[in-house]
Amino acid sequence: MGYFEMSKLALKWALTKPPTTRYPFEPRKALAGSRGQLVFTKDNCVYCNICAKKCPTGALLVNRAQKKWAIDRLRCITCGYCVEVCPKKSLEMTTSHGSPAVTRDREFH
Amino acid sequence: MPRTVIPFGPQHPVLPEPIHLDLVVEDEKVIEARPSIGFIHRGLEKLAETKDYVEFVYVAERICGICSFIHGQTYCQAIETIMNVQVPPRALYLRTVWGELSRIHSHLLWLGLMADGMGFESLFMHSWRVREKVLNIIEATTGGRVIFGSCKIGGVRRDINAETIKTILKDLDGIEQDLRDITRVFLNDRSVKARLCGIGVLSKQEAWDLGCVGPMLRASGVAQDMRQQGYAAFKDIPVEPITRTEGDSYARCAVRCEELFQSVQIIRQAFAKIPDGEIAVKVTGNPTGETITRTEQPRGEVVYHLKANGTKNLQRFRVRTPTFANLPAMLKVLPGCDLADVPMIVLTIDPCISCTER
Amino acid sequence: MSQEQIELITVDTLLDKVRAKREQGHRLVQMSATRLPDQVELTYSFDLNSRLTNLRLSLPAVETRLPSISSIYDCAILYENEIHDLFNVKVDGLTVDFHGNFYKTAIKFPFGSTKVACASSATTPVSGTASCATAPAANPGATK
Repeated sequence: MGYFEMSKLALKWALTKPPTTRYPFEPRKALAGSRGQLVFTKDNCVYCNICAKKCPTGALLVNRAQKKWAIDRLRCITCGYCVEVCPKKSLEMTTSHGSPAVTRDREFH
Repeated sequence: MPRTVIPFGPQHPVLPEPIHLDLVVEDEKVIEARPSIGFIHRGLEKLAETKDYVEFVYVAERICGICSFIHGQTYCQAIETIMNVQVPPRALYLRTVWGELSRIHSHLLWLGLMADGMGFESLFMHSWRVREKVLNIIEATTGGRVIFGSCKIGGVRRDINAETIKTILKDLDGIEQDLRDITRVFLNDRSVKARLCGIGVLSKQEAWDLGCVGPMLRASGVAQDMRQQGYAAFKDIPVEPITRTEGDSYARCAVRCEELFQSVQIIRQAFAKIPDGEIAVKVTGNPTGETITRTEQPRGEVVYHLKANGTKNLQRFRVRTPTFANLPAMLKVLPGCDLADVPMIVLTIDPCISCTER
Repeated sequence: MSQEQIELITVDTLLDKVRAKREQGHRLVQMSATRLPDQVELTYSFDLNSRLTNLRLSLPAVETRLPSISSIYDCAILYENEIHDLFNVKVDGLTVDFHGNFYKTAIKFPFGSTKVACASSATTPVSGTASCATAPAANPGATK
């Protein structure tokens, strides 16, 4: 049975820099492989609808006639399945998380 | 002596998730505990009827937020067994690594909650500080902090390159040192021992009869670990179950502390032996057949019973999660304990209620 | 199923078979039910020395009754209450009966046939059974 087992740890951390960051003032660094946010680039897209079909949550909507691609950010689970299946590589997963979505509206591109 | 019924939960400071117990107490002693669960039944088993079997891996991963990867892995293993898919060895090793990383982060989460539950705030903070380092490794390699999303039927989605393996191994050294620091407090400190020793004792026979799994079973002296069955890369990496004989809360804490180091060793061995090659094979067609697959989660053995009839939707998707199996034992050890020890006993089974109810 | 062994049994022999398993020192791993078009299929899994053995029985889809094994394995109460709540299988002789309040589901008996769903709640006169979603506590009977 030990007494003051915590003191060594407490003392060590009292003398070192805190491991936490001051978040809103100091934004978190994105990690290399992080799945942050889905980004769509219009140039290559052929509106084939594969991404919308494969999306497990039904967050994507593609309209071939009007050449529209839409995403419901609150539904998107950033799994990256659409990026994998996209034949034209017009979808990309960025490492930064972007701003939070607050409404259920679809974002049209 | 008059009896009083004290409601415990569904909202309680030690409970991250809702479970309700009606505690019948006589003075300060608990006489009986009546459970009521089912507050967060989400019907995920029913969802198998509408989601196809390929995308269902995302649902399986979301059964639990903490052991998510092993849920996904078990689901994939079950489908691969039914469809007779040969998964490339590199994928099996990567699954093992991620599975053990998730075990470390789950055990650290539990140690933190445990310290928080007994009022040891600084120890709680330190447990989670170390956990954050593990989560960073996980995020850098899979892309997610708790929902890995890196397992798919036929293999894995992402590879870890040699450069990253080196950095992970270096980080692991630091993590292991941190683990040594905090587990020393958990295992030796007088105030921790006063809260845990001799509380909620479960004998070896009781643990077996009540169908306990995982650390709960091993803390009572039964050496059973599903990793010994040799799924994924465990056929090349032997795992010796960590057991204790006391069967009290302290033993459960000690088993989890030692498993942390075991997992670090497994990751090191896996990286030393990892073969080169493909990380996934293409899977076509629909599954036909039935299987019962068992793997070892941080909380214990998980059982997947899958039945497929050749359509793209599974006929039956049934999961028996470890907490479900450990609940009867918790109800068994509660009568006779002090009211003040109830939170400790409830925490030592590592309750994961959303897992339990699915 | 390669490594698992499935033994087909009937309802009459269930208790004897389970008792034999208990005497051999098996651990109850899980009970699971599967809704098939015309029947409910139950699987009991047991573990001894990390080897899995299963018992399987089929029940008719309507008016399904099942003898409880909770007097043999205490831990079976959770599985049996779950099977009752999800599959509308009446389990006789439960040591702790939640009377359909184990899970708070929006639809009663999600895996059960809808025709018999309403009739069954009348047979268990427990307060709160009718409105399952709002029942405050399970209020199970006295243990043992």
